[in-house]
Amino acid sequence: MNAPTPPRRKLSLKQRHALLTRGLGWDTTYQPMDKVFPYDRFEGIRIHDWDAWEDPFRLTMDSYWKIQAEKERKLYAVIDSFAQNNGQFGLTDARYLNAVKLFLQGVTPLEYMAHRHFAHVARHLRGVGPRVAAQMQSIDELRHAQTQIHTISHYNKYFDGFHDWRHMYDRVWYLSVPKSFFEDAVTAGPFEFLIAVSFAFEYVLTNLLFVPFMSGAAYNGDLATVTFGFSAQSDESRHMTFGLEVMKFLLEQDEANVPIIQRWIDKWFWRGYRLLSLVSMMMDYMLPKKVMSWAEAWEMYYEESGGALFADLARYGIRPPKHAGVATKEKTRLSHEVWCIFYNYTHAAAFHTWDVDTEHKDWLAQKYPDTFDRLYRPRLDLWAEQAASGQRFYNNALPQLCTTCQIPMGFTEPDDPTTICFRNTEFAGERYHFCSDGCKDVFDPEPQKYVQSWLPVHQIFQGHCGGAGMEDVLRWYNLNVGVDNMDYAGSPEHRQWVDWMRGRRIAAE
Amino acid sequence: MSVTAIGDYRFAPRDAQANFHGNIVVYLHWEGHNSFCAALAFPLPPDMPFGAILSDLLPTCYGSHPDWAKIDWNAATWTLDGAPFTPDPARAIGAQGIGHKSLLRFWTPGLDGVGGSRS
Repeated sequence: MNAPTPPRRKLSLKQRHALLTRGLGWDTTYQPMDKVFPYDRFEGIRIHDWDAWEDPFRLTMDSYWKIQAEKERKLYAVIDSFAQNNGQFGLTDARYLNAVKLFLQGVTPLEYMAHRHFAHVARHLRGVGPRVAAQMQSIDELRHAQTQIHTISHYNKYFDGFHDWRHMYDRVWYLSVPKSFFEDAVTAGPFEFLIAVSFAFEYVLTNLLFVPFMSGAAYNGDLATVTFGFSAQSDESRHMTFGLEVMKFLLEQDEANVPIIQRWIDKWFWRGYRLLSLVSMMMDYMLPKKVMSWAEAWEMYYEESGGALFADLARYGIRPPKHAGVATKEKTRLSHEVWCIFYNYTHAAAFHTWDVDTEHKDWLAQKYPDTFDRLYRPRLDLWAEQAASGQRFYNNALPQLCTTCQIPMGFTEPDDPTTICFRNTEFAGERYHFCSDGCKDVFDPEPQKYVQSWLPVHQIFQGHCGGAGMEDVLRWYNLNVGVDNMDYAGSPEHRQWVDWMRGRRIAAE
Repeated sequence: MSVTAIGDYRFAPRDAQANFHGNIVVYLHWEGHNSFCAALAFPLPPDMPFGAILSDLLPTCYGSHPDWAKIDWNAATWTLDGAPFTPDPARAIGAQGIGHKSLLRFWTPGLDGVGGSRS
């Protein structure tokens, strides 16, 4: 006789969570755990009890799939409708899309890199809780890359500079900035990666990337970008929670972890901040309809939120990032210096810059009363005059680059916005140059890592970038020369936009 | 200090002088004219006379600026890698201490950029 089957009880949420996270792990016996997990000790981080990890979102893989599938359905419905309704006509101005080009070329590849490396972390931490969280984040990041590519591909049908972003990411001079940032993170150990990406970037700085981009999109009629932004938002808040949990877990495990983590916070705050200098330019110069200034965003998202965070972490012996004060001093000049770099080198970029009109200059003067009229308006006026006389200024020589952040050395002394900041160091008989004490402080403790920096200007001189002439290099970048680059004024997409709008005015009369 | 790594971690510097086909990389920066966003980088033969930098190289880069034509080169001051420097236009750059990845900064007194903005 068969024994009666006991009635199947539905598991409580807590039981399900335990079974689908902790219940999935085991201690290996055929091979020692240290061989199976070879990367979670060499950084010097001490973990005594992996089970002390508190999963902050209690999400299991089965419900994760359901939630994400629902988000995808909504997103793709909006994208389809945007395409069918020719959403590009609703933009404030085609100049706006240059910010989206920068996003696709510079940020989307980082989402993909994050996907890859969170998968690595999910394999290589020996604690089950953080592994499951890293696994979900890995899939999130793949989804973000994919939705950005799908969304932005609509603009590739009508506008320039969108056609070969992945190829450009590996070659174009300014894209070595995000690329080198992320490659620095993924070549570190798993804990440094988590402090770099989950804490410093996703928790401390991410609002300075996503809020300006998504609000900028909303203000400028870019429904497509707003939609992938919203779709990613709940993932992002999970990532932020993960970042904070990683930080607290490591700090609570052992006091010896504190100085290691402090060094990583100092390093990755600075590296993240330098990367975000591209966002400052986008906010202050590239949005036809502006959201807020970079200085205002810095005050709100770093000085206020970051201030409260680091006050909270003080009880663990953590202090604010070493060079945060410099970043705050730079807030009234950063965007102007970065715009200057890209205006100088627009002939070598896969997006456009342009001469700023008077109304825009007045807005900048209002937002930057201490610096704009005194230091930056005169150069914008000079450039506009030169352009009006048919002599649009392009810098004819290549710039000196910072060895660490790889941005042209266009940043000024912390206490003197009129003098370029030069720092250097010698290592093994070679000279290395830096844009700031922050970037020099990244190099000095680990010089062997950064002597390998693939600095685009030096690579051109060494003959590795398609040839010696500017046009050879641009072809090697796969830029559509004369279309993707140069000033917006008179570009094919400018002419197309004027044409479209002309048609619209006539129809409305 | 060394890199925190799982094994021996040593790599050749990517920008060693030997990789530049006989040239050295020299950086030049005109102080007080920040509409040129950063110092400029040039691969130069070490036996090039310093005077050629002034007569051939820099005018093509800085010549569009209204201050350029007003420069009194006798009044200009220079630093080489942070130390005061008096260039000799007739001698080779390599013979007067300019090395691979050297930085030359120069100041042109009385010229403060457009409208005194240091731009």
